Order: sequence, then C-alpha cells, then structure tokens
Amino acid sequence: MGENLPRVPGGAQLHSDTLHGPVRTLRVKMVILGSSGVGKSSLALRFVRDEFKNPSPTVGCAYLTRVVHLSDVTLRFEIWDTAGQEKYHSVTPLYYRGAHAALVVYDISKRETFVRAQVWLKELEKQYIPGSTVMCLVGNKGDLDQERQISVQEGQALASDRSLFFTETSVLSGDQISELLLGIAHRVYECIGGQQGGLSEWKETPLIDLHHRDTFTPFASCCKVGP
Amino acid sequence: MERDNHQEGEAQGVKICDSPSESNPPADTLATSLSLLGNHMFPDPVERNDGTTVVKEEPADLHLSDVTAQEQSLDAEHVSNQVKKLETEAAENSECQNNESTETTERGTEDAAIDNDQSDSGEFVVTMLAKAKLEEQGIGVKGRSSPLLEAGTQESPAFMSHRDEDVTADSWRQHRKHVFVLSEAGKPIYSRYGSEEALSSTMGVMMALVSFVQSSDNIIRSVYSEEHTVVFLQKGPLVLVCVSSSRQSEQQLRGELLYVYYQIISMLTQASISRIFEHKKNYDLRRLLAGSEKILDGLLNLVDSDPSFLLAAIHCLPLASSLRDSLSQILQKAITPNLVFSILIAKNQLLTIVQEKTVIEDTRLEPADVHLLLNLIGASSAFQAGEIWTPICLPLFNPDCYFYAYISYLDPPECTVCLLLLSTDKEAFYAVAECKRKIEEAMVAQNSLSLIAKAQSYSVSQVGVSDLRHFMYKPFDVPDNYRQLTQFTSPEMEAPYSSEGEKMRLLDLYRYMHSRIHSTSRPLKLIYHVAERETLLAWVTSKFELYTCFSPLVTKACAITAITKLLRWIKKEEDRLFIRYPPKYSTTPNPSKSSRGGKSDQQDSTDNGFLSLL
Ligand SMILES: Nc1nc2c(ncn2[C@@H]2O[C@H](COP(=O)(O)OP(=O)(O)O)[C@@H](O)[C@H]2O)c(=O)[nH]1
Ligand SMILES: [Mg+2]
Repeated sequence: MGENLPRVPGGAQLHSDTLHGPVRTLRVKMVILGSSGVGKSSLALRFVRDEFKNPSPTVGCAYLTRVVHLSDVTLRFEIWDTAGQEKYHSVTPLYYRGAHAALVVYDISKRETFVRAQVWLKELEKQYIPGSTVMCLVGNKGDLDQERQISVQEGQALASDRSLFFTETSVLSGDQISELLLGIAHRVYECIGGQQGGLSEWKETPLIDLHHRDTFTPFASCCKVGP
Repeated sequence: MERDNHQEGEAQGVKICDSPSESNPPADTLATSLSLLGNHMFPDPVERNDGTTVVKEEPADLHLSDVTAQEQSLDAEHVSNQVKKLETEAAENSECQNNESTETTERGTEDAAIDNDQSDSGEFVVTMLAKAKLEEQGIGVKGRSSPLLEAGTQESPAFMSHRDEDVTADSWRQHRKHVFVLSEAGKPIYSRYGSEEALSSTMGVMMALVSFVQSSDNIIRSVYSEEHTVVFLQKGPLVLVCVSSSRQSEQQLRGELLYVYYQIISMLTQASISRIFEHKKNYDLRRLLAGSEKILDGLLNLVDSDPSFLLAAIHCLPLASSLRDSLSQILQKAITPNLVFSILIAKNQLLTIVQEKTVIEDTRLEPADVHLLLNLIGASSAFQAGEIWTPICLPLFNPDCYFYAYISYLDPPECTVCLLLLSTDKEAFYAVAECKRKIEEAMVAQNSLSLIAKAQSYSVSQVGVSDLRHFMYKPFDVPDNYRQLTQFTSPEMEAPYSSEGEKMRLLDLYRYMHSRIHSTSRPLKLIYHVAERETLLAWVTSKFELYTCFSPLVTKACAITAITKLLRWIKKEEDRLFIRYPPKYSTTPNPSKSSRGGKSDQQDSTDNGFLSLL
C-alpha cells in the first residue's frame, strides 16, 4: 500500500516504516472541501495510498486515515473527503465541525470552482475559532497549465488576504502532494498541538490487537520525516 | 385502455397452453401436469372472467418454420400498426371524459391541430418532437446554455462520457432506451445520453406536451410510434420520460421510470423536492444532483441487465445456510443505539440482512429499496477508498426522511465484500464504524472472508435437466408474521447466453413473457412460447412466478416434466438459495414491544410458505 512513496525534492525524506517508537500519536481531523470534480477524492487517495485512478463521484463523505511521523510526534490524519454536491450542504457542517485542518480545493482550469472556493472559505470562517483550524487553499490540476483560468498569483493573493496556507498541486502527477501533507502536519502540530485540548491522543481500540491494525485502517501508510 | 390491435398482434406470436380437455398428451404427462399445475392453472370456462385470459392455442408440435413465420408476422403487424396513439386517461373520474372531446377540441384549434382523433394527436407529438430536433441542431452540442437555464450555476464534472454525446448524431437517436427527467417548468434534470443542456428544447417540448394534455384534465401516459414507445410518468413536480425501442411493455417501462424517480428521492427525499419546487418553480435541480448522474446511469444499466428489477425481488448469493446464519449472528452482535439495518453484500449480491426489531417491527425492507442501495454501492467505486458516511433515503420505507449509511469494504484491496450499516442518527459515525471493527474481528476469527470468497452463483447443470438452459424462480411471500424479503433465484447465464448480446436477447424474451403474464388487459397464468432459438415457459401460481428457458427442440411434455424436477430441486436447495430466516436484533436496552427472541423467530418460521406447494 504505502510502498510507492513519493520522492520529496525539498530535502525532507519519507521512509516507508510501519514501526514507530514510543512517540505520542495525536489525532488530526482534516476535511477536504470544494466543488465536485476538482479532485478532492483523488487528493485523498494520493494522501493515503499514493495512487491515482479515475474515481467515481463521491456520495456523502468518505473517511480515510493516514499516519504521518514528525520528528517528535506521530499524527494520525482522519481525513473527511466530502461530496461537493449542494445536496449535501445540510450535512457538510457535520464533517467540518471541529476540524483541525481544512483544505479548500479548486481546479485551476475552471474559474467557477475558484468562485465556489471563496464561498467555502466564507462558510468556514463562520465556524472558525482562530487558532483551532489550519486552513489551506489548494489549486489542483496544476498539470492543466494550458487551460489555466486562475493564475498562481490570483490564488496566492486570495490566500494571503486571509492568511491561509496556499499551494498548487497536481494529483495526477503527484506534484506537491507530500509537501502539502507535511506542510499541514507541521502547521497543525505547531499551531494546535501545543494548545490545551488541541489535539487528542489516539489510542488503538482495545478490541483490535496490533496485527489487525492494517485491516482496520486499510489504506493508512506511514512515513517518517527526517529532520 | 383501448390497445387491442396491439395486443392481438402480440398474441399471435405466443402460444398459450391449452386446457387439458383440448389436447391429448400422454397419460403420465397429463397426470404429472395436473398434479403439478393444480386447478388454478387451467381455469374452467366459468372462471375465465376473473380478468385472466386463457387463449386457445395452435397445435403443440408447431414447426420451426411456422414459428418463424409467425414471429415475422408479429413484426409486420407491429410495423403496419403504426399506431401513433396518444393514450390519455381521465385524471379524476370518468365524468371528465365526457367533457374531454369538446374541451380538447377547443384548445386544439387554439394551439395546434389537436383534437380527440388519436392519430392526429400522434401527428402532433411527432411533429413537436421533430421540431425540437431541428432546434437542437441549431443549438449545437455542448457548453451552450439555453434560455431555460440559469447562467453560471452549472458544474459540469469531467467524468461523464455519455454527457458529451452529440445529440444531433444518428448514433444518439439509435440508443435503445432514452430516459429524461425534467421539472414541471420544463427544466432539464437528467438525460441518460447527451447533456441535458443540449437537450433542453426537446425536454421543453415534452413538458409542453404534458401540460397541454393536463390542461384538459388528462394525464399523458404514452405515445406509440413506428419504432418507439414513449412513456410518461409524473411524480410530484418531476416528469420522467422514457423513449424506448426495446419493445417492452408500457407497464414495464413505467416501472423503470419509477426506479429512476426513487433513486432521485433516495438522494434528496420527496419532501425536500416538493419544498424546493413550491418555493421556486423553475429551480434547476441539477444543482443538487450534480455528480449523481453516474448513479442514475448505473441504475439504468442495471435495469437493462439485471432481472431483479423486472421481478421486483432480491437475488441473494447462494450460501450454505450454516455460513449465512453465522454471518447473521456476527451482524446481530455488533450493534449500537439507533442502528436499524445491517447488510452484508458480496459480488453485488446480498449475503444477509439483519434488522432492528423494535424500531421497525412491522416493516421490512422493500426489494426496490435494496436495489437502490446496491446500485449506490456499485456506482460509486469511490467507496473503495475508505469508509463512507452518507445520508440516504429509502423511498419505499419512508420517502421523506434520511437514514445515515455507513459503507465499507471488508476485503481490501479486492473490495468484493461490502458492509452497509444504516443508522437513524447522523452523528453516529464513530459508533457505527466501531461496529464494523467488531464485525471485522469476528469475521477474521471465523475465517468468514475466505468462506465467502468461495461462494458463487450456480450452474443450471446442477439441476440435472438436460434441456433446461436457464430459469428465474420467485416464490411469493406468504403473508405471515414472518415478513420475508421478496427474493428470486436464478442460475448463471451460460452458453449459449454467455455473450452480452445473447444475454440481452434472453432477458428480452423474459421481459416479453413477463409483460404477457402481467398484461393489464389480459393477464395470463401460463405461456408456452416457441421462439426461434429457444422455447420458453412462464408460469405464475399463487405460490410462485417461474420463467424457464429450454432448448428449442423440447416438447411440451418434456418441459413440464423438467419443471417438476426443477421445482423439486429448488425445494431441496432452498436453504442455500434464499435467505430463509432474516434475524433481528434489538438496540434498545429493554425491548418492550417484542418479547420474542431470535430463537423463537426461527421456530415460528418453519413453514414460511416456501414451496409448500410440493
Ligand atoms: N488533469 C488532472 N485531472 C485530475 C487531477 N485530479 C483529479 N483529476 C480528475 O478530475 C476528476 C474529478 O476528480 P475527483 O477526485 O472525483 O473530484 P472530486 O469530485 O472533487 O472528489 C477525475 O476525473 C480525476 O481523474 C489532476 O491533478 N489533474
Ligand atoms: Mg469526490
């Protein structure tokens, strides 16, 4: 599952490593929002399995997990991939309530998804308790540069206005995906991890013993970040 | 409804089993058939006015050439008929019909040349539809918004292959079955082929037609042309239209439209759809259905290829009853408050279903609701990438409220065994996910997954009747306190029905037999149909409905003997072929309503009516 880990150009290294030391494991709730078709499910799949395939449209919400090892802590990302359809708007707050990280995704080749992203950001701000959620704007489908309708600058400007983390990715090519996840991991840990009641510790349920773990978080892969 | 010409035409192609007094089969066969068929199979002449029509048949040993000729004459009849009939039906009562002619005529002179003459109405429809075609050619294929659409509300996801189809091309017109959904205001909501945008003028015309007929207190139900049957279904603010060249009966096509409607309801609920349209008549419902077209596409493909929909019954995976029971018990033990249904699916077929007993004591899941759930799971491979939590409405259970469905595969990465847990609490995700962990654990302990992996559908050869090629057997639920889920059993389609085309041809034959059995004007109880490449026998009794397909050279006597054998075989195998004792659980601490435990449930059901005929 986690064998084909992406190479990280920026010096950091990812290791396939299912063993982890006596470091704490903290739960991070992350939600992915945005119009349908921008690549949210594909992004979630890249996060947890590092593969790309043509997904069917998401119904409701998909829950996936991915473990990220930082130098002194392990973060267990519990990722909610939401359906962009309006019909689910009434239930979506359920998914982003209490999220530690929120990714708002748009498709750089479709302006209306960028407009929609701004609506999502407004919506999130209503629920937003400063310091409790790391928000991130993601311009996906960077590989479609020829059909680009939103410039990098425009995306960056929107993010800077609201002091959000910003990146352009290509889920198709894998570009910037692990950087994005690591970036979020660091920020979440720095901003929220230290707070009282910020991140709760994750304990494996006593029902399951260790060798079953792979089955019950079937797609979780682990990676360790060197200093 | 006056459709006799049409019916007669069809009747020529079939032969209906004779009453015993009129033929002389060998004594042993007659004895068998009499004891087997029972009296209700061959009604006396006096009984014939109960709505059932038994038509006397042609000689039993009809030659193949004759049959071919007959089939041809059926076709010829069909074509020469060319009944461009606009069937209308008084909406309220027959009194309306008295005014109908005058009213329609008045309106007719106003708007277009429509009057009570049916062929003229037909002309009108055809002209209108043709006009719509022309307009579309001007509109072009994709991307252009029509005045009917709100600008900028469209998200057009990239994953829809059929959506990009050129609606002006011949290939578009040649699809066997088109399905359109539109709002009462004429706004396009869904089209099976081609984008709704490009088709907005066609849809507009369809709606004009519907409201035109409605304005005279009638409901437009169907239009027949040379090659197509157009069937309309209005449900609340939605209008569903099917344009089919599949030769299916109007009733069947309307049933399929109803499935489409229910699938939409399953995503939005009936209450919210009515609320939306009360609020804003020309709302663009695609805003809410965006991304769900694939689910409707998937449904229509299933409807065409899976007889479960035709039979309105569930096809479960054959499984040793001990294994099925142990799986049910695993589900029964992994419960949490507000959990109401636990369903286990393998290879898109039901393994077992367990339900909460106090919350829904007097109800059971309708087959249609299960079909919608199975389609939802099948249509979204995204499910395979994690655990899903989604609101879902079961329209036959309650069209106005949501359940929350937890869906997860138990055997990644193969993803063939799927667990579906339904809760009434939208906050229950973590609790329900915990049930899955328990189920998973128990299944590991009992090695269930590898046992399930071995389960498979069966071959007709296991029945041991040489001429029998395929069958579908649906026992009727006997109204007892047990409340079985309606099921049917059917073997794998094997040679000569292994190719897609041949499978479809057999299904078409079954659909034809089904339409004859269930004809509203002349229902039949037994049909012996000698087709060109096979012989079919359909038979409905108070206990079951049976469709069989034999090699073409089978004699009627052989067929009847074969059916006796088949019914015995099914009786012997029924524990494996059907979910016999769907168990229940209680998630409330003190079940006050029901004192019966799972054990006594099983004992009560020893005679649940399955095949007690034999
Ligand atoms: N070219 C390109 N296509 C992508 C990329 N990410 C996703 N897609 C495609 O966009 C479509 C929608 O993706 P999906 O993940 O279902 O989007 P969602 O509705 O936001 O979950 C699919 O056909 C994907 O294959 C990307 O980075 N580049
Ligand atoms: Mg998605």
